[in-house]
Amino acid sequence: MTVREVAVEAYRESIPVLLLSAAGGLFAGVVLGGMDAELERVAGLLVLVPALLATRGNVYGSLGARLGSALHQGLVEPRFSLADHRVNAAVAAALANGVLVSGVAAVLAVALLVALGRPSAPLLTLVGIALVAGLVSGVLLTIAVVSVVFVGYRRGLNPDTLAGPVVTTTGDVVGIATLLAATRLVLALGGG
Amino acid sequence: MAASEWRVRGIVRRMLPVLVVLTAIELGSGLVLDTFESTLLRYPSLLVLVPVTIGMAGNLGSILAARLSTAFHLGLLSFDPTDDRLAGNAVATVGLAVTVFPLVGAGAWALQAVLGGTRLSPTLVVAVALTSGVTLAVLAIAVTTLTTYAAYRFELDPDDVVIPVVTNVCDVLGVLVLFGVVRLFVV
Repeated sequence: MTVREVAVEAYRESIPVLLLSAAGGLFAGVVLGGMDAELERVAGLLVLVPALLATRGNVYGSLGARLGSALHQGLVEPRFSLADHRVNAAVAAALANGVLVSGVAAVLAVALLVALGRPSAPLLTLVGIALVAGLVSGVLLTIAVVSVVFVGYRRGLNPDTLAGPVVTTTGDVVGIATLLAATRLVLALGGG
Repeated sequence: MAASEWRVRGIVRRMLPVLVVLTAIELGSGLVLDTFESTLLRYPSLLVLVPVTIGMAGNLGSILAARLSTAFHLGLLSFDPTDDRLAGNAVATVGLAVTVFPLVGAGAWALQAVLGGTRLSPTLVVAVALTSGVTLAVLAIAVTTLTTYAAYRFELDPDDVVIPVVTNVCDVLGVLVLFGVVRLFVV
């Protein structure tokens, strides 16, 4: 293949996913743009944004990849049932990882801000926000990933190529929207 | 391998250390965002650009990484600047950035103008997005090629190592480049 042929093929195969994920990213941006009051009130919240978004991608992207490989190998059936111990374990581990890492991110963020002498909201406020956002976004992304991978597989689509775009598109929107909801909840409970 | 691979504790134990390291790296870019928070709050069109720039940078890197890993597994790739497959994928990455980032800039400006009003001109927001995008495409090519080459030298499976490293490094670069470009164009 010539350079031109390789480039055209790579471009054609990638552009739909990128456009879809750009649309998702813009919606996430609009929610973030509307969060200015919360960002101003909770010092250090913006520090958490990249870490929390990346965690959603890393954890639930990996859940999708794990389920995709298991479907290919015939280890799990593409059925929504609470009886499949492999699916249950993969989902429980993803939720545990997602919530734990969100909490760790908040603790590290406060430690870094204090060490650098920069303003930071109280530890409990940021940890509370991170844990609530981590749990709620985890449940929503698990539903999205499991549904798309199972339904796609039953319709003859390759789950490996579905999980990535679903997580990159919904991950940012769900990540920022749940961060906003969690911040409002924690502030309303008096954590500000 | 079969038993522990599907136990909650096994999955958590294998993934958590990597996730904590990646989170620490991402917090670095969070601190950079924090230093220009006042600029972002003053110009919300730029705040709208933050998640999409981070996401697109990671996507450009991970798509390229996945393609290079596959080509590598199939024995189709040599690490030589004149390699057609390497060059073709690099050209496509820049082409994708040149297509998507102006749309992202225009979309960010338009959405913010409709929803909350904006103080920046559409041309300026598109220029910020396009400049960031092209810079990020070039950086994504460098990071992905180096990481894939390192995986090959250290005999690691590029699928396991390259995609998480490239995605997270490109996320961080997304924030750094956006910061630099905003400093250049806006303040």
